[in-house]
Formats: sequence, C-alpha cells, structure tokens
Amino acid sequence: MSVVNTLKKSNGTQWLGISSVAIALLLMLPILIIIGFIFSGSVDVFAHLYNTVLADYISNSLLLMLGVGGGVLLLGIPTAWLTSVCEFPGRKIFAWALLLPLAVPAYIIAYTYTGLLDYAGPVQLAIRELTGLGYGEYWFFEIRSLLGAIFMLALVLYPYVYLMSRAAFLEQSASTLEVSRTLGYNQWQGLFKLALPLARPAIIAGLTLALMETLADYGTVQYFGVSTFTTGIFRTFYGFGDSAAAAQLAAFLLGFVALLVLVEKYSRRKARYHSSAEYKAKAKLIELKGWRAVTAFLICLLPVLFGFLIPAGQLAFWSITQADLSDGAFFELAWNSFYLAFLAALIAVGFALVLAYAGRLIPRKRVRLSIAIAGMGYALPGTIIAVGVIIPFAWLDHQLIALASSWLDVDLGLILSGTLVALLFAYTVRFLAVSLGAVQSGLEKIKPSLDGAARTLGCTPMQVLKQIHVPLMRSSVLTALLIVFVDVLKELPATLILRPFNFNTLAVRAFELASDERLVDAAPASLLIVVVGLIPVILLSRSITKGHAGS
Amino acid sequence: MKKGILGKAFISVGVAAVSITGLLPISAVADEGLVNVYSARKEALIKPLFDRFTEETGIAVNLVTGKADALLKRLEVEGSASPADLFVTVDAGRLHRAKQAGVLQVSNSDVLNKLIPTNLKDSDNYWYGMTQRARTIFYVKGKVDPSQLTTYEALADPKWKGRICVRSSNNIYNQSLVASMIDANGIKATEQWAKGLVANFAKPPAGGDTDQLRAAAAGVCDIAIANTYYFGRLLKSNKEESQAVASKLAAFWPNQDDRGVHMNVSGVGLTKHARNADNAIRLMEFMASDQSQAWYGDENNEYPVVDGAEISATLNELGRFKADDIELSKLGENNRAAVELMDRAGWK
Repeated sequence: MSVVNTLKKSNGTQWLGISSVAIALLLMLPILIIIGFIFSGSVDVFAHLYNTVLADYISNSLLLMLGVGGGVLLLGIPTAWLTSVCEFPGRKIFAWALLLPLAVPAYIIAYTYTGLLDYAGPVQLAIRELTGLGYGEYWFFEIRSLLGAIFMLALVLYPYVYLMSRAAFLEQSASTLEVSRTLGYNQWQGLFKLALPLARPAIIAGLTLALMETLADYGTVQYFGVSTFTTGIFRTFYGFGDSAAAAQLAAFLLGFVALLVLVEKYSRRKARYHSSAEYKAKAKLIELKGWRAVTAFLICLLPVLFGFLIPAGQLAFWSITQADLSDGAFFELAWNSFYLAFLAALIAVGFALVLAYAGRLIPRKRVRLSIAIAGMGYALPGTIIAVGVIIPFAWLDHQLIALASSWLDVDLGLILSGTLVALLFAYTVRFLAVSLGAVQSGLEKIKPSLDGAARTLGCTPMQVLKQIHVPLMRSSVLTALLIVFVDVLKELPATLILRPFNFNTLAVRAFELASDERLVDAAPASLLIVVVGLIPVILLSRSITKGHAGS
Repeated sequence: MKKGILGKAFISVGVAAVSITGLLPISAVADEGLVNVYSARKEALIKPLFDRFTEETGIAVNLVTGKADALLKRLEVEGSASPADLFVTVDAGRLHRAKQAGVLQVSNSDVLNKLIPTNLKDSDNYWYGMTQRARTIFYVKGKVDPSQLTTYEALADPKWKGRICVRSSNNIYNQSLVASMIDANGIKATEQWAKGLVANFAKPPAGGDTDQLRAAAAGVCDIAIANTYYFGRLLKSNKEESQAVASKLAAFWPNQDDRGVHMNVSGVGLTKHARNADNAIRLMEFMASDQSQAWYGDENNEYPVVDGAEISATLNELGRFKADDIELSKLGENNRAAVELMDRAGWK
C-alpha cells in the first residue's frame, strides 16, 4: 500500500480526487433532484397509490427482476463457459453471435414477438386454420404477460452476463485450470469449484446491469400491460399530471436500486480478485464430441435464434414486403443516431475512467459513495432522468441569459437545455454505470503489486499509466465504449424529451410509428438500429478475443 | 483502440456535424420568417401540413415532437426563455393541463374564434381544437346484433361477460371517456360502471386500440372500444390482412338518445412567451383552413372541427351520428378523478 500512499500525496492524485468528486456531484445532480421531490407536497396521490396499485407495482417489479435475473444467468453463463473453455463446431461464430441480441432494443423485440405470437399473428392464425379451432379452444402462450415480458427482457439482456463472465473466464489463466486439475477436479468440477467462484464478481456485475435495465424498462412492460414501477411512474406523471408524485415513485424505485448495489458490494465483500495477468499461457480448450458437441451447439444457438435471428428476420420481412418507406431520410436518422451515440460513449467512458482511478487511488468512503450514487442513474427510466436534467439546466440557462443580456446585451437562448448538451449529459447520467462497471472490472484485474513493482523500478506514475495500465486496460475501455454506444443507440425517452428542434434519431422514428400503432412501418428504422448496433458488437467481440488469444 | 486516420476523421466529422445541427441554440429572438412548434402529435401526422404552410407563406417551421406531458414539463421549466411559439397536442385533457400550468396565452384570432365551435375550444381562447375523433363501440358482425347495443353505460351489463376488449387505463383516451361519463353520471355511478366493465373484459388490457380491433376480428372478443381513425386506417389499408380485420367489424354509435358519442380533439395553443406570435397565429389559422381540415380527414381519418369542411370518404362510410357536445375542458378537470376511479375499479 506504500505506493498508493506516495501517490496520494502527488499533485496528480489531488487533482484526480477533486475532479472525481466534481464529476460525481455533477452526475448526481439529476438523481438528487428526483430524490428532493420526496419532500414536495402531494401526499394524497401517494396515499391513493398506496391504497390501490402500489402493492401490484412492487410485486410485479420484484417478479420481473427475479425472472429476468434467472433468465440472464441461465442464458449467459453456460454460453460464456462453452465458448471460452470448450471447443465444438461453431464455437468461433457463437463467440460473437451471442452478443448480437445486445443490439436489439427490448421494446422492439416485444413488438416483433407480439406481431408473431399474438392471437391475430401468423402463428396462431395458422393453428386456427389447420385445426379449425376458434380462439380459446386451444392453449397458446400469452405473450403479453409478465412471463412474456420476462422472456423478452432476458433475451436481450443476457449478453451483459455473457460478456462479463466470458471476459472473466478468458482472464482466468491456464494455470488456474491446471491447478484445478492437479487438485484432482475434473473439468466440470473445475467449473463449479474454481472458475465460477472466481468469475463471481464479473457475473454479478453483469447481472446488476441487466437488472437495473429491467427496472428502467418502460416500453416492454407498458406494451404488455404489466404494471410495474415504471408504468406507475408514467401513469402518475401523465394521468395525474403530477410530476412531483411521479418523482416520488421514482425515488422509491431508487430504493430498489440501492438495494441491488448493496447486494453487489456485499457479494464482493473483502474479496479482491486479481488475476495473474503477467503470466498467461493459452488454456487448452476442452474438446467436445458427439452428443456433447450437439448439446453445446444447441445451448449456444437458442439465445441467438430467439434473441436475434427471429426478431431481426421478422423486421427484415416487414421492411421488405409491407413497410411504407416513403418517409425516408434514413441516412440522416442513422447518422444522427451514430454520432450522438459515439460522443456519448466518449464522454461516459472518460468520466468513468476518472472515477474508477479515483476509487482505486483514493480509497476513501466519500469517494466510494459518490461513485456509487453517480452510477444509480442506470436504473431510472430515461424520462425521469430527463426531467432531473432539464430542471437544473433550464435554471442555469436563465441565469446565463440574464447575465449575457445585462453585461453584453445579447440574447443567448437556451444554450444548455435547448441543445444536445442536455441530451449528452442525460445519456452520461443514465449510462455511467455501464461504462464504470466495465472500466472498474478491468482495473480490478491489475494487481496493485504490479504498480508497486513498476514504481520500485523507477517509473513515474505517468509511466505506470502509460506502460502498464493503457495496454492492460485497452479491452475493458473498448468494451465500455461499445456498450454505451449500443445503449445510447437504443435509448428513447430521454432523446424524445431533450432533443433540439428538427432533430430525429432512428429510435425516435421507430417509436413514433410504433406508438401510432403502425408496427410494420416502424420496421425499417428498427432494423437500422439493429444494423448500426451490430458494427460495434462485432468489433467488441473481436477485440476481446484478440486481447486474450495467445500472448 | 486503434486511432488511425479513419478514427480521427470520424471524430472531426462527428464534431463538425454536432456543432452545426445540435449545439447551436435556437434563439428565442423573434424572427420574421419562423415559427417554433412543440408537438405531441407525431411527425408523420403534422409535418406534411407544416411543409405546405412553409410553401405558401415562406415561414419556416421548426419542430420537436414528444410525449405531451414531457413537452409540457419542458415548456414549464424553460419559462420565458422557451423558444416554442406553439404547443400542439392530442386530447382536451392535456390542453387543459397546459392552460392550468400557465404556459399558454390567449390567442385572440377573430378567424379562429369564428371558425371553431365553442365546445371545441377553450372558453377563454387559450387553445383551439383542430381535429376531432370519436371513441366508439366496434362489434363483430354476425356475432353481435347491433340492436343489443345502446350506450356506453350498458356495456357493464353482465350479458357481455368475457366479450369486451379495451386497452389499459393508462391511456388518455380511456381516461377522457371516463371523465366524460363522470360529467354525465357522477363519480359513484361511473365507478360502479367501471367495475362492471372490468368484469366483462375478455382479456387483461394490453396493446393499443388497433390491437383491440384485431383481437375482436380474431375471435378473442365480440366488442372493442376504439377511436375511429384506427378503424379508418384498417379500412383504407393496402394490406389484405388489415382489410380483413376491418371487414369483420362495424361501428356502433352509442348514446344517440341522450348525450351522444364521446368525442375528443387534437388541438393547439399559443405559448405564453411566444416571440413569433403573429406567425404562430397564422399557422393556427392555416390548420383551421378548409384544405388542412380535409387533409386530416384524408390522411388520418379524423373529423374536421370546422363546420362545412369536407369529411373524408372513409369516415362517411361509417355514417353520421350525434356527438357529445360536452365542453372539452371538463374532460381535463375530471381527468384525475377518472384515473383514481379506474385504479379503484381494477382497470389495469
């Protein structure tokens, strides 16, 4: 720890500490504003909710989290294990194909499956025509239900668990597995007794992201008629026209999140998992043959098939055969989506790096706490974040306008809340947790002793950063960039509220048509979201594989 | 990450594009040839009209679309610095809410005051209805004898058990329908009615109005409550499957012996801090012109608000009916009571 102590005294660290707290405070602002609403009026609305629907919101939200949590683990961990430790036909393709559902927004997958499996959809139509039965005379899975929502969310959110746990499995050097063999474990025992426990922080980090996203989901549950916290927030906001009561509910939701974050922290407890990154021999893959290979193939195929191939295929079919393409301007929409996501990713990851390093170099409670709170935005619906952003920004704008007109005699206009600044800020608040998670888990793998060794060898802190951290952190940072990119691409509610005049994105276009009950016409824009999202997803998986192959 | 020339080029192009389109604030200073609109109507349902306005007058229209309450919040916090001149939204309840929130001002356009009937505008001229839609009962031909149907109220009768499809009470159209019934029958009777209706649901509410119509056509239920333009859209669709849905259904006009069919509007109001008020009023008057009124009928199967304006052929097929002429601002006043009542009735 002596290295850390010397570092602490340097100017650089002081600067880092100050800027990290400043960033954390800035990002906390919208969240604090939401929490602040708890103390503002409208007790009667809350009493009404408590008496009628609150119990429903809580139980549905909990069931949804439970179901999605189980689903993402079941889909994410086995596939991650199979593609990183075993060898079977198709493994290399699955390694990246399993990430594809990440590019599909949850509300879009919900729309497409409803189109397919609904009573009026082609599947049930075919059943009725073949059997001659009428509606209600045969059993069919009701897609618009809590269970349906669980399936939809698990199908697009499992990649978080897959991504994180696969990275962890790949990080576990061959020696770890060799040790397990010398201990007399067979390969499967090695999985349960060594690999899984070692990968636990990564798995839980992925799970936390998936669950936070689940809590924030509005599109899917709303469309399926499942009353959760988010639908309740919007019902209160829109139905009662009461943003204060809506914010109170949102603050309540934050309680859930705080619980989640605590569970995650608890699961890590004192444990520090540092892999021996300096010694990495390529692990020998376990070769699967015969029925084992077939099983492995099927286990990996299922999530890709249902999470990507079927919905993307349906969208492509709609786009080609029926959709009204006359609205056009797709290139502009795609470009807007692309650069917005790109900028947001740069900002979010930049902030995450500062915060993560501050957390590592300045292990104080104050710093830790502010980092934890700054990351909570991920579980809040985008609309609520947008409200939390626009209130302080508009206030600041008014101050600036007053200043500018009295000193310079110019009319500034809304330079913060009326431009992309507010939107980019909202994205950062919303997606900081994602970038922070990826960066932190990368950073944790670098043993502090490595820094120490370099410092003893006479490296300056800057040199440590350049020669040790940059190369070792590269894949984590890239992961963070790409996940935020894809998330922003899919983001809808904050974009809808905060975007400037005459500015549309793919997600906005898809939503406008879909919410106008023109699902088929929404297909081309939805498909483009998936396509633009594919590029980073493929890049991502290539970089991860490259980072670990050999060396 | 490789930061080659390509990467740098991407960044610089990206930055350039942002600084052009997004980072320049639209100043709230008055501009001769400009009007700024916040619209809760979807772009596809309003932009073509604005384009035509620009063509005719040379006045450019800047547009942000979004959800009504969120845009309203944005207007509120932007206050005097807001660039918006007009606020366009659907549902009288929202228009009323905007008036209450203090973000609108009186328009005082003689043209509008003369053209728009009193029940379809704000009593103090803060907002004007621009198009109308009816929320009515659709039944499956052959399964329901229309002589069995009478009123909205009668849908709570146990004879309809398991036969009715309607969307969630989260939806403003249902909230406004219930608000109008509160005005007619009082809270107590309406709550009783809602309980009866919920007991008659064929399935838990999910999806939109079109989904209810599709469900009815597929045999899930015999009756669906929906807005007329959704049905018109199915009727006029060039997709066989949609036409098949529409061909199985027919519209029934309830409450013809008393208050009439529940109507609602999409409407527009001049914002309190509008800098381009003259242009904005010109745009509002343009929206009320005969050609715009007819465009809404053709494009989105909505009824005109202006007397004598052309009703689209599709809507004419549905037949004439007596419309409820309740003062629409009452829908806004009753909205909260309606939501609470539906919560208590278990209408999801």
